[in-house]
Amino acid sequence: MTALAMTDVTKIHPGARPVTAVSSVTLAVEPGDFVAVIGPSGSGKSTLLALAGTLERPTTGSIRIAGHAVDRLTDREVAGIRAASIGFVFQHFFLLPGLSALDNVATGLLYRGIPGSHRRAAAVAALDQVGLAHRATHRPAELSGGERQRVAIARAIVGEPAIILADEPTGSLDSAAGAGVLAILASLNERGVTMLVVTHNPDIAAAAHRTIRLRDGLVEHDSETA
Amino acid sequence: MSTGFGPADAGAHTRAAAGSRLRPADLWPVAIAGLVIRPARSLLSALGIAVGIATMVAVLGISASSRSQLVAEIDALGTNLLTVTPNQPFATTSATLPVTAPGMIARIGPVVDAAAIGDVAANVYRSNQIPAANTNAISVYWAQPGLLHTLQGQMAKGSFLTAASTRFPAVVLGPYAAQALGIDRADGSALVWIGNHWFAVTGILDQLALAPELDRAALIGQPVARQLLHAGVRPVQVYVRTNPAAVPAVEAVLAATANPGAPQDVAVSDPADVLTAREDATTAFQGLFLALGAVALLVGGIGIGNVMVIAVLERRNEIGLRRALGASRRHISLQFATEAVLLAGAGGAVGAALGAIATAAFAATRHWQAVVSLPSLAAAVGIALAVGALAGLYPAVRAAQLPPAEALRMT
Repeated sequence: MTALAMTDVTKIHPGARPVTAVSSVTLAVEPGDFVAVIGPSGSGKSTLLALAGTLERPTTGSIRIAGHAVDRLTDREVAGIRAASIGFVFQHFFLLPGLSALDNVATGLLYRGIPGSHRRAAAVAALDQVGLAHRATHRPAELSGGERQRVAIARAIVGEPAIILADEPTGSLDSAAGAGVLAILASLNERGVTMLVVTHNPDIAAAAHRTIRLRDGLVEHDSETA
Repeated sequence: MSTGFGPADAGAHTRAAAGSRLRPADLWPVAIAGLVIRPARSLLSALGIAVGIATMVAVLGISASSRSQLVAEIDALGTNLLTVTPNQPFATTSATLPVTAPGMIARIGPVVDAAAIGDVAANVYRSNQIPAANTNAISVYWAQPGLLHTLQGQMAKGSFLTAASTRFPAVVLGPYAAQALGIDRADGSALVWIGNHWFAVTGILDQLALAPELDRAALIGQPVARQLLHAGVRPVQVYVRTNPAAVPAVEAVLAATANPGAPQDVAVSDPADVLTAREDATTAFQGLFLALGAVALLVGGIGIGNVMVIAVLERRNEIGLRRALGASRRHISLQFATEAVLLAGAGGAVGAALGAIATAAFAATRHWQAVVSLPSLAAAVGIALAVGALAGLYPAVRAAQLPPAEALRMT
């Protein structure tokens, strides 16, 4: 089943001078894909990711995630799709400062109604996959930037979502830490994890199977269809 | 990789379509985590509620303790004492009861004891050298020898009037009267000057809880009052002790018995009622303190609302993250409302405990039995929780309405 399908999606930010952030985008991400979305600042990359992640609703067009059409769903139903089918990785990690690495990862399953003991067991496995099993009890403040992002990646994959959506995952990291994060993303993809990554980092773009270049909200180039 | 929660898992799709789900058992830890990360702010905002609740609990507790103490005292004195007085507010001469009243009243079946006092138109002085104006506001009455027994009073010193001593210039002083005159001996060696005659002080009364008007009185015998001071024989007040079971029945017939010709000229009262009414009058102050407590509670609630609004502004990223992890708008509003309720509930519990401790401490200084009822403490905590829910409502709705993409933007 297609992990993510966007059909003729347009997003216009309303206001005194409405801005068309994304214009008539049609794309499909199949299971196992590793897609990089590139383009200059203001080209609509982040809006595209927010639309794909149901954090914003499109003005027109339709979006399907793991087979679910999200257009007419209620807030609670869309939230359920985010909880079950989407894993997010953000540039600024957004770990909860009061929780240990393990509990931060377990929070990835909080809104699926899974009991705490099961959440923590799954979090142990996910932390292991990003090579941070030994940091499980540390608070985010005690971790390096690269480690924090790896905890955030573990949180994204803990529920085995249909797709991982990453927004500039190396944007706040030095090049060494960035390379480490890229290596983890690549190895996860090798094990079957589907990924759509918005990035300025040419190394990630090079590692991806496919790149989509946006300009002014339009798909300027898609390596798959080109 | 296999954590067992992937979409390949049976039923995952139906779960997603059914919507996100937060177990109620998980809501509390989430809310508590939000509070403990900013301990100083949480403590200070809960403090406002604690002060308000403590004030209200202490005011109600102290008032209940005082009232229960009074009821216990009245019960110890007996609630079967009635007083009979003239009811002639527009009388030109001083109002009195018929001479026959004490005797008639004593003949009512359930009446155990009856004793009368009467006016004596004289003042009492420490000596004959004191200017006439210095009366010390002490009233002089004649009293029947049975009065002490009827009132179940106690002597501080000496003894009460007897049938014999009523014929001689002997006087029994109320405790305040003795104090005002500077007399602390009741062996007959101290003399006071009443209406141009020396009277020997043969007794000093203890305080009379049910007849406080006698605490500032000087009591002499009726025969000597008539003989030396030309006092009338008509009583101004009759104290009546009845069978406890027959108080209402006696109360109903007292006026007609005291003055069969004009029962409307007789007033019957129950001193215990007067005391409780006086106690109730102090609830005006109690209301004031309760209002102060309510204001403190209101301010505490506003403080919590304020802190929660700030928390929503500061924790935009957390709200955005939780939305991205699958929290619905309702989950976000529940989380912030629960935090507000927890803050207020903690403040309320601490306040209720402080109020109970204050009540116990105050009661201990007065040697009262402290009255702190569990239902009232539970009600106090309940009020605090309601205040917290109200205070958290607006911030919770604001947090829920934050668009997730906007909440995730770094500020």
